[in-house]
Amino acid sequence: MATDAIRLLSPEGVLIESEENAAWLPLISALSEQQLLDFHRQMAVIRRFDIEAGNLQRQGQLALWIPSLGQEAAQVGSGYAARAQDTIFPAYREHVVGRIRGVDPMRIIELLRGQDHGGWDPKQHGNFHLYTLVIGSQSLHATGYAMGVAFDGAAATGDPERDEAVLVYFGDGATSQGDVSEALVFAASYQTPQVFFLQNNHWAISVPVATQSRTPLYRRAAGYGVAGLRVDGNDALAAYAVTRTALDEARAGLGPRFVEALTYRMGAHTTSDDPTKYRDDAELEYWTAHDPIARFEAFLRGRGVGDDFFASVAEEGEDLAADVRRRTLALESPPATKIFDHVYTDPHPDVAEQRAWLLAYEASFGGQA
Amino acid sequence: MTTMTMAKALNEGLRAAMRADEKVLLMGEDIGTLGGVFRVTEGLKSEFGPRRVLDTPLAESGIVGSAIGLAMRGYRPVCEIQFDGFVYPAFDQITSQLAKQTYRHGGAQSFPVVIRIPYGGHIGAVEHHQESPEAYFAHTAGLRVVAPATPHDAYWMIQEAIAGNDPVVFLEPKSRYWPKGEVDLSASGAALHASRVVRRGTDVTLIGHGAMVATLLDAAELAAAEGVSAEVVDLRSLSPIDYAPILESVRRTGRAVVVQEAPQQVSVGSEIAATVGERAFYSLQSPVLRVSGYDTPFPPAKLEGVYLPDVDRILEAVDRALAH
Ligand SMILES: Cc1ncc(C[n+]2csc(CCOP(=O)(O)OP(=O)(O)O)c2C)c(N)n1
Ligand SMILES: [Mg+2]
Repeated sequence: MATDAIRLLSPEGVLIESEENAAWLPLISALSEQQLLDFHRQMAVIRRFDIEAGNLQRQGQLALWIPSLGQEAAQVGSGYAARAQDTIFPAYREHVVGRIRGVDPMRIIELLRGQDHGGWDPKQHGNFHLYTLVIGSQSLHATGYAMGVAFDGAAATGDPERDEAVLVYFGDGATSQGDVSEALVFAASYQTPQVFFLQNNHWAISVPVATQSRTPLYRRAAGYGVAGLRVDGNDALAAYAVTRTALDEARAGLGPRFVEALTYRMGAHTTSDDPTKYRDDAELEYWTAHDPIARFEAFLRGRGVGDDFFASVAEEGEDLAADVRRRTLALESPPATKIFDHVYTDPHPDVAEQRAWLLAYEASFGGQA
Repeated sequence: MTTMTMAKALNEGLRAAMRADEKVLLMGEDIGTLGGVFRVTEGLKSEFGPRRVLDTPLAESGIVGSAIGLAMRGYRPVCEIQFDGFVYPAFDQITSQLAKQTYRHGGAQSFPVVIRIPYGGHIGAVEHHQESPEAYFAHTAGLRVVAPATPHDAYWMIQEAIAGNDPVVFLEPKSRYWPKGEVDLSASGAALHASRVVRRGTDVTLIGHGAMVATLLDAAELAAAEGVSAEVVDLRSLSPIDYAPILESVRRTGRAVVVQEAPQQVSVGSEIAATVGERAFYSLQSPVLRVSGYDTPFPPAKLEGVYLPDVDRILEAVDRALAH
């Protein structure tokens, strides 16, 4: 782990109460015991869900699964850093952030099963936007949205309980995309209330991060005039404190911020991937020894949290997995005419005509569309 | 009625749209202080301020991508792409993002983003400044694609495009920016996708859009002198295409010639030819003919007169149609 990463929890799960952490520690002491327990609960439950979803894919129930295994601390820490009024633009791996913001994980299952291209209305789900599969494209949507927040005067009023900020997720591979660069340019130009949250999981499918960048990625931010920090992404407390601070600075009108979370994709890129073809066991062993959930469990146990709690979390994970399995097996194909729904908002003659044709065609077989 | 250029009509249309709805904002390169390289947005920054007329960084994907985010926030952004050939850096944001967002959102959110593109030839400009990219966008579900041919249509169509709830690629025939025409500021606009007959005739139907409409009218005039009565249809919308007036016309004339500046291969003109063939087959007395740009890159300016359909090439096609 690079030494310039901010770290509040040692790999053994001990809070590092050093002088250099002085700025961040008050944010941690402000967390209630319940909040700390929730950090762990979210990480552990989503991991169990993740494994179940992978199994469902293997059993032919999903077209694809995108695991978040290993990245739970970066995601839970940053997800809890956002305030209720904030807006979040995920990439496609941030399942637990969606859950924190109120998205039923089934919506993500349905997306990857091929029931829908979206699945939820962000406005009804904690301002958690839809997944974007074209690498990096969402960074510009986030920046445009944040420009709107600024134009509306909904940031920088000095009230952190009301001022809005925008949080956008993307990966190390995405940093090579022009859209991410353009988003940083626009964000700097318009001084958007926005945090760019980079999960550097060291791989873009099979391509190592060294191919994307020869400079630590958080340092690129300075080139755009955006303040950047690097955090130990397997440390949920550091991810929380740094993202919380960055969001609060952005919402206060101090300009966009960039956070690089160093983490590791412990699983395959997706269920279509075979990581044994490109990475060696030693690397995986190193990161397995730095598992973010084990670290947080050690931290909680050090504070006296006992077996009962961990057993209840395991049970919640099992319940969610069973529920997701049951609901997935009960899913039915969407109606055929769904393909014509919402192509446009206003009436459109061609879509209406083709829809009517399909209905007549299906009816010609004597069945129902 | 008042007389003005299309550039001015667009300017007035944008002004009216901005006055009508404070969520309308303009974004693009050099559109603010300078008023745009064609001066279409002249004076709007001083009237509405830099928050509503944005001189953006020089990045087309950035312009369209951030416009999508602004639409998510409830704005109605109108983006200017400086020239036709510079829209391609924004291709992903237009075709994979903007066009599909309403569908992806299951209708929970609309994306009323207008992308204005000065397009087409006849201005003797260097490479990338004279292209007709409409087919790329007409091929993409979720987008509407329109092109006014007159100042009056430009004035109304830009307002309809902004007021509608779907993304619109708004193609402005830049060679028609400067000729003046009558604009009725009090009339209300027709539905955005309505095509219309701009000259009545009985022997052949000439179909086109944008700058080609004026060329078609010239061709019809010359044909009349030779005793051929040509009807002219201005498409106005390239996606969707309003076929009713076209088919009604072709059923009367029995002949159709589709004219466009764009290359022919997989073009809007090809689509119209196919549809007229399917739907008016028994009325046709000759094959539907196309007159297009050649299937080459847009040539150097000194050769644009060879490349672009002109009155002679249109009349040659009319003769071929009548020979059947
Ligand atoms: C524009 C684009 N190119 C290629 C792909 C195929 N693809 C999907 S994920 C991926 C790697 C992304 O890596 P990174 O940004 O580091 O995110 P991670 O998957 O590691 O979370 C690639 C190449 C894509 N989805 N979009
Ligand atoms: Mg990666």
